[in-house]
Amino acid sequence: MKKRTPKIAAAEFLLEIGCEEIPAGMLARASDEFKVILEKHFSANHLLDNSVVETFGAPRRLVAACASLRLRQADVVREVTGPPKSVAFDAVGAPTRAAESFAAKQGIKLGELAIVSTPKGDYVAAKQVIKGRPAADILREILPRVIAEIPWPRSMYWTSAEGPRFIRPVRWIVALLGGRTLPFTFGEVAAGNSSSGHRFLGKGRVAVSGRKNYIARLRANFVLAEPEERRRKIEREIHALTAKRGLRPHADAALLKQVTYLNEFPTVILGDFSEEFLDLPDEILVTVMRDHQKYFAVERREGGLAPHFLAVINMDADRRGLVRAGHERVLKARFADARFFWQHDQKCRLADNLPKLAHVTYESHLGSYAAKVERMKSLAGWFAGQWFNAGNLQADVAGSIRAAELSKCDLVTGMVGEFPELQGIVGGLYAKEQGEADEVAWAVYDHYRPLGLEESIPRNLTGCTVALADKLDALVGCFAVGMIPSGSSDPFALRRAALGMVKIILERKVQVSLSASIAAAAGILESQAQKIQVSSKVQAQVLEFIAERARFVFKERHGFAYDEVSATLAASADDLVDVERRLEALKAIRKTKNFEPLATAFKRIRKIIEKAGPAEAWKLPHVREDLLVEDAEKKLHADSRRVAREAGEHKRGGRCREALLAIAGLRPAVDSFFDQVLVMAEDEALRKNRLTLLAELLSEFSTIADFSEIVTKEK
Amino acid sequence: MSKKAKPKPKRKASGLAFQDVLFKLQKFWSAQGCILQQPYDVEMGAGTMHPETFLRVLGPAPYRVGYVQPSRRPTDGRYGENPNRLYKHTQYQVILKPAPADIQNLFLKSLAELGIRLKDHDIRFEEDNWESPTLGAWGIGWQVLLDGLEIVQFTYFQQCGGLDLDPVSVELTYGLERITAFLQSVDSVFDIRWTDERTYGQVRLEEELQFSVYSFEKADAAAARGHFEAYEAEAAKLLKSFAGAKREEKKRFPLLAVYELCLKCSHLFNILDARGAISVTERAALIGRVRQLACRVAAGYVEQQTGQPAEVSA
Repeated sequence: MKKRTPKIAAAEFLLEIGCEEIPAGMLARASDEFKVILEKHFSANHLLDNSVVETFGAPRRLVAACASLRLRQADVVREVTGPPKSVAFDAVGAPTRAAESFAAKQGIKLGELAIVSTPKGDYVAAKQVIKGRPAADILREILPRVIAEIPWPRSMYWTSAEGPRFIRPVRWIVALLGGRTLPFTFGEVAAGNSSSGHRFLGKGRVAVSGRKNYIARLRANFVLAEPEERRRKIEREIHALTAKRGLRPHADAALLKQVTYLNEFPTVILGDFSEEFLDLPDEILVTVMRDHQKYFAVERREGGLAPHFLAVINMDADRRGLVRAGHERVLKARFADARFFWQHDQKCRLADNLPKLAHVTYESHLGSYAAKVERMKSLAGWFAGQWFNAGNLQADVAGSIRAAELSKCDLVTGMVGEFPELQGIVGGLYAKEQGEADEVAWAVYDHYRPLGLEESIPRNLTGCTVALADKLDALVGCFAVGMIPSGSSDPFALRRAALGMVKIILERKVQVSLSASIAAAAGILESQAQKIQVSSKVQAQVLEFIAERARFVFKERHGFAYDEVSATLAASADDLVDVERRLEALKAIRKTKNFEPLATAFKRIRKIIEKAGPAEAWKLPHVREDLLVEDAEKKLHADSRRVAREAGEHKRGGRCREALLAIAGLRPAVDSFFDQVLVMAEDEALRKNRLTLLAELLSEFSTIADFSEIVTKEK
Repeated sequence: MSKKAKPKPKRKASGLAFQDVLFKLQKFWSAQGCILQQPYDVEMGAGTMHPETFLRVLGPAPYRVGYVQPSRRPTDGRYGENPNRLYKHTQYQVILKPAPADIQNLFLKSLAELGIRLKDHDIRFEEDNWESPTLGAWGIGWQVLLDGLEIVQFTYFQQCGGLDLDPVSVELTYGLERITAFLQSVDSVFDIRWTDERTYGQVRLEEELQFSVYSFEKADAAAARGHFEAYEAEAAKLLKSFAGAKREEKKRFPLLAVYELCLKCSHLFNILDARGAISVTERAALIGRVRQLACRVAAGYVEQQTGQPAEVSA
């Protein structure tokens, strides 16, 4: 019968780390980590009573609560087996020296020794009850460690270098178990039962007794501790302010989350700005409001921006309208700046900025942005030409060259100087305003995209050619002058550039040879005045670098198994669209019966060939049929000739899956070869011929995927 | 939606004059035990570059200081045409070393002292980690927003001149023009009253215009580059001689003068930048050169103070 754990008293636990304002962007993540760390420590100490830890945060606090934490650890019975009963007790049942020394070692009296039966006979045993420790004692020890363990992107110290580290200075701590304070200190702060209300609206000291009371007492002191409650309040008030006026907020989930964590008592106010600013492009207005002021832009229900904004303030109300007036004034100044740039920049045409780019260095070895733009023009034109020739995609060569020419002209505008996050976009807007073709304007607008894996690629093909040219030029140029990313150092964001290329190629299904593209970029760079040489080794490095990003994308984004990705890339990483086709085929036939055994056989072949030493020592120009003696090797040779023809036809027809299936069909021939033929034959001629046969097999059938990279369940 | 204007918020027509804001801050921080220092007489981009901050935060000795520092940022010049942008703005800088535990409240009291009713305004501390690559200095902190307007940079210094700081100093940098414009409810800094008789524009507009013209149009980039290199070379020469000096000689070595050469380089860099004569990458290299000077001065200064070579962190 199972022994029931005796019911152990449990109580509610509450921990609040009171802090100076924690960055809004870090709170949600920290709160999740806080939960994991507490649960880890609680379960390691057997304190969790079928309960979970809940964590949440507001700008000045990170809070954890657990409805039921054991007040004391359960007692643990420890049993230590000693000498056999026959040794510990003599014939008359009196304890021997062995029994005495065992009891002494275990720290118990002789009379407390127990006898346990084991399959090997009866033994003396000592049973000890280890008393569980009070939770309060354990918590006092672990809580300072828990606080220190919460990971932050960049923590600080605020007393001395030896002092505590946290994201911002910790100023108070509430730690309660069953309503009683858990006494411990973190740095110079002693835990207690006193929290703190809203910085301006609440009391500086708020005594709390438990979770429910904590939430209520804080709410009374203008702190909504739970983010969910804050978010609901914001959404409710946004709706109330906009709906009845025929307005709606410009949806922005990231901003909503940010303001939820930026305020302890969020209140939404609706502010106005002058209609005249609506002449500015929406992109600029929204960027100013969102990025610089954390306001929601407001749209009319029928579409288009309205001359209003929604600010979320950390107050209960704006009774005298002072706050609204303040925010309106700040926004007006920001918009006035933007409008000044918009008008001032356009006193000249975008292309008139080209000569200025000669004075802006891109990279000291790689020359100015003017030089970069020249390279981009050639490369974008080259890309567009490739696709035009390929037929399936029709890129506009002249448009691509024009868009590349204009792409960097906004770097010297006042608007981009002021709002660097709008680079590209500003150029696109100016291009459109100044009558460039739509296709070209959008290409300029989009050419920095994608900035991350979540961001979309340029909307048109012209934009894709310019984006690829920009990124590949950066990669080839930087690699050529030795600026290769290492560790966390990647000042030119080359990883992002390579990822961007991969994303564009895969999403637009751009069939282009990477090695040819790299060679084109290298040729263009070499032809420029800086006379930079791009060795074939550097070109191979760039290809490898891009292939590494592709490996990441295939694995993490497209969900392919890592060995399938490795096998496919090992065969060739030159055409990523083709790589993906081969990957899909490989994945599809992975489960068929011949595949894994064949992969195992290929691994074996590779090992044999590696062991055989340098190919010059044994490789024949081709397999000599007259030296094939065993039936199995004749058959393998004949089958592989046939399969190579079949697979080749399938491949040329783009039918990778059929090609792979044909190759997998070689399995019986390969198996019987290994069963019946000794590769490393005594006879040198036979041996060389057999090695050559295997080597041809390996290279012939590794063009879709290198099977020896496949991880198999070998028996 | 109704076109009717919302009622204009009632606000005192006056608000402190520009120089009264400064008086109030001086008085407030003096009462907190701060030495009241004077602006440094070499061009600089921020109050942090003043030796009263850059050097005093190094080493273990406690220190409290407040001062005003006119700060030149040539790229921010707008010919006096922009209501909020200035070639030269006025910072009020406070350093408290070590940082007291109630520093946020103390700081908020200084705002109240200026007539800002804390409960009537949206005052917040928004993440903004300050960094000065030219000084090898960085800290953790916030920009303080008053109804959406950045008025103060609040930083717990972590490193300065490439050296880890112990104890930690707190730095408060007030933007005096913005605060005064807020207090006086004016839209343009040029409209703020410097005294009851004169506006900021009357006092400073000419200077804004002329220095904008100089920075953007007239400054000779080649000459500025030459000056940069000359100052850098002299600083490097002196630092080399410091490194080789005997102990007694080190004590009287003019590192403070070397630091001024470094400040000159920093300002010349800003002029080159305003002239558009620096590219993205060259920029990093030039900043690195100034930083190297600053870091070597900082290490030498600590050595002069403590008699021990400074522990340079990674």
